[in-house]
Amino acid sequence: MEVGLNHFLTVSVALFSLGLYGVVTRKNAVMVLMGVELILNSANINFVAFSRFGNFGIDGQLYALFVIILAAAEAAIALAIVLNIYKTFVNVNIDEINNLKE
Amino acid sequence: MNGFPILSLITFLPIIGMIIILFMPGKMGKEIKILSLVITFIQIILAVILLGNFNYNAGGIYEASSFQFLEKFRWIELTGLSWIGTIKVDYFLGVDGISVPLILLTAIVSFIAVISSWTITKSVKGFFALFLLLDTGMMGVFVSLDFFLFYIFWELMLLPMYFLIGIWGGPRKEYAAIKFFIYTLFGSVFMLLVMIALYFSASETLADGSSVFTFNLLTLMNPGNYTADGILSPLNPNNYRFIAYIALFVGFAIKIPMFTFHTWLPDAHVEAPTPISVILAGVLLKMGTYGILRISFPIFPEVTQDLAYYIALFGVINIVYGALVALAQKDFKKLIAYSSVSHMGYVLLGMASMSTTGITGAIFQMFNHGTITAMLFLIVGVVYDRAHTREINAFGGLANKMPMYTGFVTVAFFAAIGLPSLSGFISEALVFIGAFGVDEIRVLTIIATSGILLGAAYMLWTLQRIFFGEFNMKWDSVLHDLTFREYAMLIPLTIIIIFLGIYPSAMLDVMNTSVNTLVEFISRNSDIIRLSGM
Amino acid sequence: MSELANINIAILILFLPLVGFTIVLFFGKRFSKVYLIEVAIITLAFILSLVLGYSKLTTYINQDLLFSFTWINFGNVPNIGPLHIDLGIKIDNLTVIMLFVVNLISMLVHIYSIAYMNGDKRFSRYFAYLGIFTFSMLGIVLTDNILMMYIFWELVGLSSYLLIGFWYEKKSASDAGKKAFLTNRIGDIGMFIVILILFTNYHSFSFDYIYSQISNGVLPFGSEAWLTAAGILVFMGAVGKSAQFPLHVWLPDAMEGPTPVSALIHAATMVAAGVYLVARIFVMLTADAMLVIALVGAVTSLFAATIALTQNDIKKVLAYSTVSQLGYMVMALGVGAYSFAFFHLVTHAFFKACLFLGSGSVIHAMHHEQDIRQMGGLKKKMPVTYYSFLIATLAISGIPLTSGFLSKDGLLAGTLAFGELTGHWLIPIMGFLVAFLTAFYMFRLVILTFHGKPRNKEKYDHTHESPFVMVLPLIVLSTLSIFFWYTPNPVSPQDGWFIGKWVQTPHTVVPESARFEFMKTDHVEEHGETAEPETPVVHSHMYEHAMHWAHYPAMILSILLGGLGILLSFLMYQWKKISADKLAEKVKALYNGSLNKWYVDEFYHSTFISGTLGLGKSLSWFDKWIVDGIVNGTATLTRLFSRISGLFDTYIVDGFVNATAFVSGFIGLNFKKLQTGKVQTYIVLVIFSILIIFFIIGPF
Repeated sequence: MEVGLNHFLTVSVALFSLGLYGVVTRKNAVMVLMGVELILNSANINFVAFSRFGNFGIDGQLYALFVIILAAAEAAIALAIVLNIYKTFVNVNIDEINNLKE
Repeated sequence: MNGFPILSLITFLPIIGMIIILFMPGKMGKEIKILSLVITFIQIILAVILLGNFNYNAGGIYEASSFQFLEKFRWIELTGLSWIGTIKVDYFLGVDGISVPLILLTAIVSFIAVISSWTITKSVKGFFALFLLLDTGMMGVFVSLDFFLFYIFWELMLLPMYFLIGIWGGPRKEYAAIKFFIYTLFGSVFMLLVMIALYFSASETLADGSSVFTFNLLTLMNPGNYTADGILSPLNPNNYRFIAYIALFVGFAIKIPMFTFHTWLPDAHVEAPTPISVILAGVLLKMGTYGILRISFPIFPEVTQDLAYYIALFGVINIVYGALVALAQKDFKKLIAYSSVSHMGYVLLGMASMSTTGITGAIFQMFNHGTITAMLFLIVGVVYDRAHTREINAFGGLANKMPMYTGFVTVAFFAAIGLPSLSGFISEALVFIGAFGVDEIRVLTIIATSGILLGAAYMLWTLQRIFFGEFNMKWDSVLHDLTFREYAMLIPLTIIIIFLGIYPSAMLDVMNTSVNTLVEFISRNSDIIRLSGM
Repeated sequence: MSELANINIAILILFLPLVGFTIVLFFGKRFSKVYLIEVAIITLAFILSLVLGYSKLTTYINQDLLFSFTWINFGNVPNIGPLHIDLGIKIDNLTVIMLFVVNLISMLVHIYSIAYMNGDKRFSRYFAYLGIFTFSMLGIVLTDNILMMYIFWELVGLSSYLLIGFWYEKKSASDAGKKAFLTNRIGDIGMFIVILILFTNYHSFSFDYIYSQISNGVLPFGSEAWLTAAGILVFMGAVGKSAQFPLHVWLPDAMEGPTPVSALIHAATMVAAGVYLVARIFVMLTADAMLVIALVGAVTSLFAATIALTQNDIKKVLAYSTVSQLGYMVMALGVGAYSFAFFHLVTHAFFKACLFLGSGSVIHAMHHEQDIRQMGGLKKKMPVTYYSFLIATLAISGIPLTSGFLSKDGLLAGTLAFGELTGHWLIPIMGFLVAFLTAFYMFRLVILTFHGKPRNKEKYDHTHESPFVMVLPLIVLSTLSIFFWYTPNPVSPQDGWFIGKWVQTPHTVVPESARFEFMKTDHVEEHGETAEPETPVVHSHMYEHAMHWAHYPAMILSILLGGLGILLSFLMYQWKKISADKLAEKVKALYNGSLNKWYVDEFYHSTFISGTLGLGKSLSWFDKWIVDGIVNGTATLTRLFSRISGLFDTYIVDGFVNATAFVSGFIGLNFKKLQTGKVQTYIVLVIFSILIIFFIIGPF
């Protein structure tokens, strides 16, 4: 069986769904971040897959690289924020960090 | 006297006084009182000067040239107002034989009222400031020859009166003050409407040939000045002169007060402090009848003739009804208030006759009622100040305790009864003579003569209940005879009442030419108007 | 003396008492003897009136002295022309006689009062009042016009009010004063209406001018009916002042005043003013008016006489007798016996003043006891009072040799002649009945007071004759009640100077058609006699005949009836042959009626007075609840309306605004719950929303 576009997309959907699930359900901020990473990566898979099978040149792979860099930066900043949250609240449970509400 | 603005001076002198008082510290009560006294006294002097320089042969009424001490200049001038065009209001003062007696009366009564106000202790500054403002308003009404100006003075007097009753009054002062205010304002609204309607119905031709609308009373009196389509123009076949007359009359009738509009009077009197009652009865009531004579009669002569019977009818109702109601009163002051209603009825009856004797009697009655009723209210004040009650039956036998007081009361009461040799008789007799001469109202006049009897009945009964019989020892410690201040109020009035009773010509000659002019003017102009309306 | 001098004297006489009044009023308190000035002034006025009377009745006997001035000038009145009101005085024979009477009695009363009022706390005030009364009375006498008459008429009313209520601490006194003033005012209204009628028609108040106009045929409003009405209305004034039925009620009550006042005002002068007024307007009375006057006079006279029969208060008897005698005078004027009416006025003034002052003397001696049942036997103790009283009583009873006989006889002859000429016999019948009754009750009074044994021994023992100043006036007045002052012939007044020369019946000015038959001048011409120009014949020949015929029957009848009355009185009270009590028991209803004055006061009280007061009360109620109720109701309605519109404003108009806010708030509150603040929730929502949008607009 030859691996085709649909397989890549299936993996990407699975990753996306898992990431989304992580973002929506996890209460731990780090875990949410992990979910975001998964979603980003599912996007990367899509970029690369459409770049290989679609008639779009290497644009997709370039964007994938951008996303990876972006994800790294995001992870760095987000983790810094999480650390600061932790410092302030001694907690990274996002349900309880609701000082802006009301 | 030429050129000297004596009328402005006499009118605005109190305002100057008021401004000075407003700048004086409130604790200078005595100085404020003295200042007011001086100002009202200067007013009397000015009024006497006015009388001394008055030309008895000038008629006034409708021609500016025979008015005296004229002052006229353009006061308000607004041009280019879209459809209205130009609004021009004159500052126009002048007197004739009808107004001079009332100016004199206002000056005298104000002076007496200031003396009577000496006992005021509550917020002296405010009282006298308002009082002087009131004085200006009253004076202004009697000297204005421009309807707009007249109206301003008419309204000007309302405001101080409201506060003077509402602040310095008796237990139900708020009720009385509001009743007075609203009642008078109710009438003023009608007057305002008629005034505006008149304004748009007649026009004055200026020196440069252009014509403008005008509030000038003398212009409004001349049927030739009306435009063909003005709503109050006699030339307009569909005019509203009849309705306007009634509306205007209601405005004045409330002040008189004519029957059905009279109930504010007892309340206002009972609640008002003595000096304000004196002003109210002495001067304010005359503004209504003066307005009728000065404005209603000459401007609407033909409607006046048509309605003369009804004016007389209400006059007679006032006389008889007022006397009968007075008979039933238990409150001394209320009784005097109703006697005012009765006595003002004579004024209406006299005016309705539209004869020289009747109108002369009416004006003289205004003056006499002013002095006599002022005296009666002062008399009530004397006993109220001491005993703090006005219940007639609470007293008795005061004649022995307060003999001098009783003497003055007797003079005042008999003057009110119309005893010959006191001034009230002359005016009542002239009113009756005038009214009896008119065929239509002869029967009414005969009915009105019962007022002579009823007046005597309630006055003598009161005299008996308060002054005769056994003295009520309850009052032994509080009642004492007159003080110097009270003599100062009662003696001048007594002298006036007796003097004019014996020598009425002193006053009648002043008004004579004007009254003849007025009578002649009404009959001539009503003919002209009737012909033009055909 | 020149005319001017006479007029000046008259003016002086008029104003002297006023000067006295002013002086006493202002200085009475400070100087206790000031009253003497008043007495001196009145004495001076009396002397001057003697001088004036002498001058007038000799030099100017047929000429009236006139003086007038313009009081009020109306200038040139539209439709009328020059109009002015004049005041003035007119001195004719009537005037000077009245001046004499008024000043004499006033002077005597002043003198009398010095003793009578001695010790009163308002002693000087009393003299001041007497002064103003004399002034006003003289004004009535001197005036030449009806307005001035009215002015002084009212002033007399005032002084009467003050003097009746002089002891105002007593309620009955102040009541009586008030009653007198008000009752008089009722009559005055009539007089005032006449003033209006006359001025409207003639533009003048002068009697002479008005009469000349009427005789020229200018009638008020052009009709005889108005002339009759005018006559009756003027008479109304006289009804009030002279206490004629039905306005007689005030006079008996007026006895509350000091007794000298009763003598001066309520017997001799003021009450006679009514008669004087009718005499002044006599010439303008039509036949109808005269008939009314005669009837009222006759009824009054009889009515009062019946009351006088049973009264027990000495002054009340005299008061009713005054009413009765005034009725006589009025009746005499009504029947045209002008000169006798005036004659009776004068004689009555003297003897009635004498009677009142005599009663005052008794009351003074008895320490203010007025009930004749407490008196008796005073003859011995007070001889001068008794004899003067007796002379006056004889005069009033019409016994020959007295003045009363002369005047009463002439007056009754006049009524007889009237009955003969017009057929109104009722009037002479009443007149003669009264003559009988008068003699009876007057002697009843004399007997009960002075004869017999004292009924109250204690009071009797303390009585004594009054002091000289009180007795002197009695002597003077009783002397004046004897015939020789008036005529040398005691049975015929026509032979004397009073009726013969001084007082002439004036010409009537009424149109022929409105006169009595016997007053028509054409009868004179029918008999072929022409009137002499100097002494005009006023009455027709017919009337002269009738009077002549009536003279002796009237005299005999009146002597007979008077004697009968006196006899009956002696039988009942002196010799006790007839028991007065039994008689009273027999006619109990009549007796009680008479004793209670026929309940006239009660009737007036329950009808007119209560009616007026009730009307006043109900109108007051009407004023408070209906007229003012409408005003207050309007105010309440306005306030109610404004409250309703206020509520509308608050709940309806503002309600919309608030409802909008409320709805927004409600929605916001509920949707707020969606805003959990949790990013995950939002994400889920976003996803769902996207999905929904996809499904709605998406390509599937």
